[in-house]
Parts: sequence; structure tokens; C-alpha cells
Amino acid sequence: MKAVVSITSRTVVLPSSNIDTDQIIPARFLTTTTREGLGRSLFADWRYDAQGAAKPDFVLNRPEAQGCRILVAGRNFGCGSSREHAPWALLDYGFQAVISTEIADIFRNNSLKNGFLPVVVDQGTSDWLLANPGAEVTINVEETSLVLPDGTRVKFPLEAFSRFCLLNGVDELGFLLDRRAQIEAYEARRQGQV
Amino acid sequence: MSNVPQTMFEKVWRQHEVIAETADTPAVLYIDLHLIHEVTSPQAFSVLRERGLPVRRLDRTLATMDHSTPTRTEQIFGGAPISIESAARQVRELEKNCAEFGVELLGLRHEQRGIVHIIGPELGITQPGKTVVCGDSHTSTHGALGALAFGIGTTEVGHVLATQCLLQRKPRTLALNVSGRLKPGVTAKDLILAIIGKIGVGGGTGYVIEYRGDTIRGLDMDERMTICNMSIEAGARAGMIAPDETTYRYLAGRPRAPQGDAWERAVSEWRRLPSDPGALFDAQVDIDASVLEPMITYGTNPGMVIPITSSIPSRANDAVFSKSLAYMGLEAGAPIKDQPVNVVFVGSCTNGRISDLRSAAGVLRGRKVAKGVQMLVIPGSQQVKKEAEAEGLHQVFIDAGAEWRESGCSMCLGMNGDLVPKGQYSVSTSNRNFEGRQGIGARTLLASPLTAAASAVRGRVTDPRELMS
Repeated sequence: MKAVVSITSRTVVLPSSNIDTDQIIPARFLTTTTREGLGRSLFADWRYDAQGAAKPDFVLNRPEAQGCRILVAGRNFGCGSSREHAPWALLDYGFQAVISTEIADIFRNNSLKNGFLPVVVDQGTSDWLLANPGAEVTINVEETSLVLPDGTRVKFPLEAFSRFCLLNGVDELGFLLDRRAQIEAYEARRQGQV
Repeated sequence: MSNVPQTMFEKVWRQHEVIAETADTPAVLYIDLHLIHEVTSPQAFSVLRERGLPVRRLDRTLATMDHSTPTRTEQIFGGAPISIESAARQVRELEKNCAEFGVELLGLRHEQRGIVHIIGPELGITQPGKTVVCGDSHTSTHGALGALAFGIGTTEVGHVLATQCLLQRKPRTLALNVSGRLKPGVTAKDLILAIIGKIGVGGGTGYVIEYRGDTIRGLDMDERMTICNMSIEAGARAGMIAPDETTYRYLAGRPRAPQGDAWERAVSEWRRLPSDPGALFDAQVDIDASVLEPMITYGTNPGMVIPITSSIPSRANDAVFSKSLAYMGLEAGAPIKDQPVNVVFVGSCTNGRISDLRSAAGVLRGRKVAKGVQMLVIPGSQQVKKEAEAEGLHQVFIDAGAEWRESGCSMCLGMNGDLVPKGQYSVSTSNRNFEGRQGIGARTLLASPLTAAASAVRGRVTDPRELMS
């Protein structure tokens, strides 16, 4: 995983609450066997009409949304299935973070493992962001803070190890493989018991 | 051991800590059983291949295929190709990966194939006190046997394949106490829908739920699995139910359950698992089951649910709510009963077990599916199919005009060819009524197998009690 230290971008706002992973990437795109190229299927059923043409009124299709790397969404973003295709699709499209008041567990885990930042903020901050699409904000991983355009810093929770991995580009699989001796000892201990 | 009373979750967690968590690092948690399927594993096998790693414990890894597999008999057994080419490729990829890495695969034509969450308990490989993971959020199902079971993403599938471990922060615990007798016609599905309606689709986020109380104790294993299955729809990664005599009766003699002396030893271990009296939970919710009615969803998440006898609620000035109703083509204030129905689906990891099929067949016996309604009955596994056919249930469905096919996830999610057409209403026994879940523009109403079957007969959303003698 590449290190992620900070992200500065204008925001795109999807105000719906409970945006589930079936919206982020519908199941019919999951028959892939690679991670690449999922960005074009991101929010497919909201983004395209039945003929596959871009719906002009959908926020991602508007000119002002182009190049934005931070998504602001309503409460409980990423609920539903465990498909890691959801953060893969967001990343492949060009997003690097989502800000919400609540982010579903499995989606959050999957996101952190791919360097996609799940940022949980208080209701007041979220309300401001939802009401001000296009605001330029910075997500600072080192400080675990979100910097608003007026310079206000809002702290967000980030589990210590995830923060360490993001800042240093640490590969969690490598970390686990390095625990081999402890894993073997555990297996030996368990075998003795059962 | 300490004398502090422990929850069941705490006991299972502690037994599986290879390394305990610290402020800086999550726990390294050992995984007893890793179930894999075709959709969320290919990229994980690619990582192993890139890094030259083997699967660490083949004896703790079991693969099957369910999500993208067709349910048409001719495409499974008849030599016809799988109609969706990318799905066919994905199935072949799993076959190739399992062969290359030596993973046991219950493949396309295997008599023990089925939905991954149906076959784990059915084979007796899901057991009390085990840690069970799978790259699928409905892995929570296995918690019905007293396992700590949760869904993981593909990166974590790779971690478990390579190390048999996961890096995990310890979740909080939620005691969900359910008391009172369910009324006739009110099922485990109605109970879990009512629970999600009460705590909300994010109400369980960060928690492992332990379902407790006399109502839960009175449920059979199939019903308990329906409850734990939908824990994730409340945001909880895992749901657990303490093992008891019902659990042991269910597991005894299953092909991969311990046998003989090993069985006796296992049961005596399992008896120590239930939460100690006085064990503290981080949160608690109480539900009175005796007042519940059959439940049905009307919106686009499982928390948008009402008693079938009620009207769709109104929420003025709630744009998200209005958008959801607009997608559903339903009106605030209107009764849900008698809403016309186009498709009825009985199946899935939520309600594709034998008792679900019996309950649907009980309503359909001697009746017909209404004209213009397509009803699909999909057994959760090939074993469920065999059992249903031995009891003649398939004939009840066929005589009623329903379709009876091979096992799989089928119409629960639109990726295997079984789809609800755009704009149509589907009463479904599955777990998610998200926009487009059953097909682009499909409108899903989640309900129990009884309600689904009754609605198929009338061609309208029907309170099953009207058809029960």
C-alpha cells in the first residue's frame, strides 16, 4: 500500500443516508476477477441511464465534480455487503476519502486496507459540508484532523495501527507474516488442548 | 482464569487471541474456519501468487460457489454453458485456484454445494466456539451455533489464506433480549425485521450482538440462523446465540461434526461457552416478541419495515425518505397490504433452509400462484434440495405453478441471471431491499416465507394468517 499523509481537494456531496455497497457498485459488476477498472461502474445505476449514457443531473456527471477526490455523504455510508469492490471502485474512479457521520464497519476496514480514508465527523461538521459542496478541505492523517476552508480543524477518529500503516505505507500482510512464530506457538498450544 | 463473569463473545475472543490488542496494535485473532467463494476470493489468490505464498491451513479452508452460479438445472447438470460469460469465468477461476493451492472445493456439480452460509452448519463444520470468517457479510449466520462469525473483505481473505489470522480490534457487545411467545404466523424473519426496525440499519455498528431470552431459546436452528443472518442489516458484523441442547441435537451426526468420544469432549467444552450470569454487555435492547405482527419492508433498506397490517409512514421534509418511496413507487399513508406483486422469491442464506421451504409449501399446498406472478423457489443447498424432494415439497411448488431449481444465491442479488424486471414488485425472503439489489429498478419487499407464499397465491401483499387454517 502507498503511504497516505494528507489529501486536499474540493468535495462532492451525496446527501443520502445509508448509501449501501450495492449502490456504490452493483452486484452485476462483481463477476470480475481483478481489482482494476471498477471506477467506470461506480454508482452505475445513479450515474447512467438504461442506454448507458451519463445522466446529466447526477452529481458526479457535473463539470464541477470533475477532479474532486473527497466524497461527502449522509449517515451510515457503505452499509451492506462486504464487497471490497466498493473501495476499489471509489479509488479507481479517483476518490481517496469519504466523510460522513457514520461509516459501516466492513466498508471502513476494507477502505483502510486500500488507503481509502473513511472520515467520521460530528453532525455539525457534516451538516456544513453537506450544505457546501465544492468546499476545499484537507484531510491530515498525521494529525487525524479535517481542515475546513476557514482553517477550523476537526479531529476524526482513526485507529492507531491503521494510522501508522497509512502514514508509512505498511503492508498488513507483511506484518502478519512476521508474527509467524507466535502463530505457530498458538497452534501448538491449541493442539495440546483439544 | 479470572473470576470476572464473561460474555460468550469474550470467551471465544480470548481463546483465539494469538496476540492480544494494545493501544498501538490490534489483536492477532486466529481463525478456525475460512469459507471462500468465487466472488471475493480471486484477487486474494492473486496476492498469494504474486508473493509466492501457500495457503497456510488447507484443513481450515473450504470453498464453494454460490453467488454467480446459475440456478437453471441445464446450466449446472445439462451441459449448457453458464449464460453469463463473466460468471462462467469466475467459476473457472475458483476451480483453478483451488486446484493450484490444494483447497477443498464443493464445486458446481458437487452434491454438497450450496450457499456458503447454508452448507457450513449443514455439514457440521460450523461449530460452537469457533471463529468463522468468509468474504461475505452474511457470515454472521454461523453465529447461530455459538460461533464468532463475521464477514471480511478480499484483502482479509488473503490474510487468512496466508496466515490463518486477522488483525482485529475488539468490538463492543450488545445484549438483545427477546421475550414472549411469537403469535401464529409470526416467524423468526418477522422478529429480526422488527429488531432492525427498532435499532435501525446502523444501530448495531461496532457491536457483536448476542441474542438472548426465552424467545430465542425456543427457536429451532434454522430460525436462529435467520436471526443471526440479518445482524449485518443492523450494522453488526456478528450475531451470536448461546449453544444449547437444540444446537447439539442439530449438530450431532452431521458429516463434519466431531464423532464418538470427540463429540462428548466437544459438547462438554461447548457447555462452558454461554455468557456467565452477571456478565456485562456494553449495551442492551429489550424486545417483546408477543406483540409482533408479520413484518414487511416498504423502502430501500431493511430498517424501513412495518407490520403488514400497518400503513406506510409519512416523513414530511425528509428528502431521502421521499426518494426511497419514489423508487418503490409507493405512497406515504397507504396500506402495504394488497399492494400488487409481480415476483415472489423464496430462498437465500436468510430463508433457504428446509424449514423455510416447508413453511412456504404449507401455504401453497392445494393452492395456485396467482396468474401473472412469477414465483421462484430456490433451495439454499443441494442437500436442502434433496431433503425437500424426499418430502415432496418440490411437487407442491411445481403444482402451484412455482419454479423449482438448483441451489444458489439466485434472486437475492442480481449477478447470476435471476433478476426482477425493472419497476416490478418482488416479495422476497432474502435480506436486502437496496435499490437495484434484485435487478436494475427492481422493487423489493422483504418478508417471511409464509408472507411470500401467501402473497404469491393472492398476487398481492397478503397477511399469511388469512390463508392459515
